[in-house]
Amino acid sequence: MAYRNKNAAFLWGYRLYVLAFFIFLAAPLIAAGSFAFNDSLFPSLPWRGFTLDWFFNDTEPKLGMFHDRRLLSGLYYSFVIASIVSMLSVAVGTCNAFLFVRGQFPAKNALYILMILPLVIPGVILGISMLVLASTIANGLENRFDIEIDALRPGIALVVLGQFAFITTITSLVITARLKKFDESMEEAAFNLGASRARVLWTITLPFLRPAMIAAGIVAFLVSFENFNTTLFLVGSESPLTITMYDRMAKVGSTPVLNAVSFILMLGSGLLALVTIAVQRDKSKG
Amino acid sequence: MQKDVKRLSLILLFTPFALWILLLIIIPHMGMVVLSLREKVAPRVYEYGLGNYIDFINEPIYWNTLLRTGSMSLLVTVLALLIGFPIAYYIAKIAGNRTRGALFLLCLVPLWVSDLIRAFGWILLLRETGVISSVLQWSGLVHEPIEFLYNDVTVIIGLVYTVILFMIVPLVSTLDGMDNAMIEAGYNLGGSGPTVLRRIIIPYAMPGIVSGCIVVFMLTAGSYLTPILLGGKNSSWFTEQIYDQFITRFNWESGAAFGFLLLVFTSFVVWLGLKITGQTLANTVARS
Repeated sequence: MAYRNKNAAFLWGYRLYVLAFFIFLAAPLIAAGSFAFNDSLFPSLPWRGFTLDWFFNDTEPKLGMFHDRRLLSGLYYSFVIASIVSMLSVAVGTCNAFLFVRGQFPAKNALYILMILPLVIPGVILGISMLVLASTIANGLENRFDIEIDALRPGIALVVLGQFAFITTITSLVITARLKKFDESMEEAAFNLGASRARVLWTITLPFLRPAMIAAGIVAFLVSFENFNTTLFLVGSESPLTITMYDRMAKVGSTPVLNAVSFILMLGSGLLALVTIAVQRDKSKG
Repeated sequence: MQKDVKRLSLILLFTPFALWILLLIIIPHMGMVVLSLREKVAPRVYEYGLGNYIDFINEPIYWNTLLRTGSMSLLVTVLALLIGFPIAYYIAKIAGNRTRGALFLLCLVPLWVSDLIRAFGWILLLRETGVISSVLQWSGLVHEPIEFLYNDVTVIIGLVYTVILFMIVPLVSTLDGMDNAMIEAGYNLGGSGPTVLRRIIIPYAMPGIVSGCIVVFMLTAGSYLTPILLGGKNSSWFTEQIYDQFITRFNWESGAAFGFLLLVFTSFVVWLGLKITGQTLANTVARS
């Protein structure tokens, strides 16, 4: 009996620990989100009543986020960058999955490690190495041939390349895991029924991969949207949202409009995460 | 004919991979190393040598910062493992079927929120006019505002918070694959709780533990926002030095040397960790 009591006490202690952990996990997010609705010029206590001004108000000093030009353009650039990165990295990730699951070639294992590597390179280093290479090429072209290529100067193109460089590893891993589960006898059956290679790929293999491709695309989109470290070094005049927010935080200090942006971003990523889960759930049926 | 088709499709699949790895990973990093070996001796005149690295060794602030970043990252990794393992075990093994999914989901949601927002949330909680300070004053426990920001403890808490989910997620998926019968067998054979943990659960979870530790260590050592926002101007984080050299002083050569040093240092720690635990990169990070 004593043993049992001790066990039950242990379990309760354990549960309390888990509860405390989730409070720890949620606290800063709740703080970041909830002050968006406080009717005050500063994101701090006391609570002065509920307001939506930090979203919709159109005059200073309480300029809402949907009337703040710089935040909106940041949101727009982030969206553009994340969409391009997500499409590119899913395309290359799918090729990589086929390459490593189906292909037979020398040094496959070493190359597989090479594929994982970008994930463990610190983002700051990825950023500076990209910046150094692009600038070296741009300067070389300018000095020798007098050609100026804007895409090689810090800006959207470089940000896309920098993020694509490591996000492709993520998409490759997600799609590879799915392709490994594919039963090749399904393809063989289609071949036996006289289908062409392209048709088998289009009607059997790719539909099987679709959930993983969608999930990988969403993950890539979110990772790109949130990226700061790599982007910081490659950004030009068109700053994406995280950089704009950081600038605002450093120059103006914390203002509730940043809480409003945080709230919207959390809402958006929460919804996208749910979509990913819904898509993955389909996977177990298919 | 069949063989040619196979070869052609292999080449077609290999091209994007090779372009990606070569153009975006290998060549830029080689370029960074080359740049780090270059020194400016006069305007537009450069010389190759180890000067930037010698500067690094001769300036204690630089290598102290690197050592500080490394040791704090190790501490964060250990803390994340100690705090995260019980949570992962609870989710994978103790929680009922329905709670398990919900808890795992709750774990994943903050993962999708940007570092910036999370650090911002901590600032709102911890600063002098922040929530915790206000609540403490209101409750009468203290009589003046307290500043919780800008010290090492806060930086470490913030970093653990930022990275812990990258520890929990691989641990949950590893522990999830473990057969409960193995644990029961351990108990039936007379093992006590700690023995079962040490002899059965931890060895089984090793790939997940190593994978989580690698990702957490790399993320911490390479983090920029959390140490700067929570630690303030004097947080002395190595990535801040790199940024400083690149953007503020416009000394790209020395910044590139710093970047390469950080890369070598972190890779060395990861390699050492893999050696000690007898794991490989392919069966740890690649699986999660």
